[in-house]
Amino acid sequence: MTMKSLSTKLAGLGLGLMLGLGAIGAGAALAAEEHGEEAQPTHFPIIKPTLEPWSFAGLFGRFDTAQLQRGYQVYKEVCASCHSMSLMSFRNLAQEGGPHFTEAQARTVAASYQVQDGPNDAGDMFERPGRLSDRFPSPFPNPEAAAAANNGKAPPDLSLMAKARAVERGFPWFVLDLFTQYEEGGPDYIHGLLTGYKEAPAGMQIPPGLHYNPHFVSGPAIAMPPPLSDGQVTYTDGAPQTVDQYSRDVSAFLMWTAEPHLDARKRAGFQVIIFLIVFAGLLYVTKKKIWSKVAH
Amino acid sequence: MSGPSTYQPQHPALKWLETRLPILGLVHSSFIVFPNPRNLNYFWTFGGILAFMLVAQIATGVVLAMHYTPHVTLAFNSVEGIMRDVNSGWMLRYLHANGASMFFIAVYIHIFRGLYYGSYKAPREVLWILGMIIFLLMMATGFMGYVLPWGQMSFWGATVITNLFGAIPLVGQTIVTWLWGGFSVDNPTLNRFFALHYLLPFIIAGVVVLHIWALHIPGSNNPTGVSVKEKQDTLPFHPYFTVKDALGLVVFLIFYCYFVFYVPNYLGHADNYIEANPLVTPAHIVPEWYFLPFYAILRSIPDKLLGVIAMFGAIAVLFVVPWLDTSKVRSANFRPLYRQFFWIWAVAAVGLGYIGAMPPEGGYLIVGRILTVYYFAHFLIILPLLGLFEKPRPLPASITEAVLGGGAPVTAGAPSGPQTK
Repeated sequence: MTMKSLSTKLAGLGLGLMLGLGAIGAGAALAAEEHGEEAQPTHFPIIKPTLEPWSFAGLFGRFDTAQLQRGYQVYKEVCASCHSMSLMSFRNLAQEGGPHFTEAQARTVAASYQVQDGPNDAGDMFERPGRLSDRFPSPFPNPEAAAAANNGKAPPDLSLMAKARAVERGFPWFVLDLFTQYEEGGPDYIHGLLTGYKEAPAGMQIPPGLHYNPHFVSGPAIAMPPPLSDGQVTYTDGAPQTVDQYSRDVSAFLMWTAEPHLDARKRAGFQVIIFLIVFAGLLYVTKKKIWSKVAH
Repeated sequence: MSGPSTYQPQHPALKWLETRLPILGLVHSSFIVFPNPRNLNYFWTFGGILAFMLVAQIATGVVLAMHYTPHVTLAFNSVEGIMRDVNSGWMLRYLHANGASMFFIAVYIHIFRGLYYGSYKAPREVLWILGMIIFLLMMATGFMGYVLPWGQMSFWGATVITNLFGAIPLVGQTIVTWLWGGFSVDNPTLNRFFALHYLLPFIIAGVVVLHIWALHIPGSNNPTGVSVKEKQDTLPFHPYFTVKDALGLVVFLIFYCYFVFYVPNYLGHADNYIEANPLVTPAHIVPEWYFLPFYAILRSIPDKLLGVIAMFGAIAVLFVVPWLDTSKVRSANFRPLYRQFFWIWAVAAVGLGYIGAMPPEGGYLIVGRILTVYYFAHFLIILPLLGLFEKPRPLPASITEAVLGGGAPVTAGAPSGPQTK
């Protein structure tokens, strides 16, 4: 046997081995997924999030100010009764690239809350109207109180929710996501969850106090009761007052609270990339010129 | 760093300095006139890219440290404070977090290039070992940096990795307690990780100086693997390689900035946006992507101690590659068998990375085990045997011959600047 044919055979063997291994892995993964029956699901979420059109997706994505203002309204009137949002301050409401309320509007919102401050000169804590610099007040004084009032499980803080939940994308999607700049997994998941409550399939036991939601990432049922219903929040800008619209608006709002400088990031990114491409082009021409006289 | 300097300063002030501290001469001989093989391809630009990344990480890191608080009750919120309230803080943090990943992408390409072209072989063994020490220091730095934001993955990753030392017989648990500064990953752990995360990059910088010194003794390897024989095999570092490295760097920066500005959390994990909670264990604890192949090897072995030994062995084996490879020929371009086994190994290493991200069950576990065996077999069996049985293709007589073909005399491009022609 010549060296060349041996080398080809060995390499072929190696490649065959690798491909075979890949097939075993893929097969095992498929088999695991097929086991799940409707009443006994093994993988969560049962329904993966669908990709929704978001104004802030893609190369030139920007938040929709009107949508963020509506989303804030939904958060304030619905979510905030149970969930804290400890990383946001009232001043953020007036932020450019955010809901962009006027400063006067943000002040009015802040002042509508009573905030505990102190101690004062007499050593006493006291209540005063909220200011721009105050954080959004939490609905419960501490996580224990939140848990006690909510069936033993404290509702999670919402500040970072849109970046803190991710559903496995799986191969090949996680590779394609890089090229499509898919980073809206959080809002897609939240929207799916908020609109995804339904009757549990026959035969599935849902423990008392929990609610079947096939979009929930950690199991078949979630402690949060369906939070939204049609007509619950009164919009003043004529947007539809449906669960679907509320859910989209509040998901967008949560993406903003999780990534408040997204607009600035994408704007800066475009300038940076254009600069670097031009710079690379100039360097390429320079390099060509310098190397043109030498063989290499 | 390569013998007496030919630097002749003209300005009196420079002459004055040069007779007292010949630092300009050092720069001149190392980065201006230093002779590089003329046939280097773009894989050789990654050394410069890595130097840039080290400086970039230190620069962004120092500013981040000005705004960060290494305390378990404040760390998570101080990072969010950087993201929200520090001017351009989001950019600094995304540059730094993604910069770590880019650093590892570049170092892996750099290492793969070294393995493909046999850059570790004599007389560059010490250069290679210094590089491996840098790689280990980078892994320690990256791991400790990932703990600092004090998210769920920070905490649980730190718990899993530090617990590995508990596998050491007799003294394991004592060592773990010593590493933690307590009986679990807690505030003392976070404090020391912050101190060490700040310290290690400067140690890396020191070893980088040694790495460049060791490079400048034999000079760079090249795609033919044939040593530089005469002056016409080389070109001066400036302007030829400064402009080539600059182009490579800027193209790399486009890639880097795409991540920073458009998919900054792609390489991260969502659970790290949840503050660390010692009472809630995440469903799957996964390290940063650059550790995944080693994590897969760790989990492939049912015994904890042996798993830890295998994981560290996977890095240790790289240290002795110069002596495991028995072939006299450096470049895989002239080694028909090694060339193919190199790529099979490369696919296996990437495959291990994928397995490391998957749950250790069913088919993933089987594939992980087979790939682990193959990873070691490549170095311990295939590499030593190949050198004995492989018949290399004929090597060119010199770099110049390889470039011009047929050994024609080089008329143009003798080693001087183009401006003198």
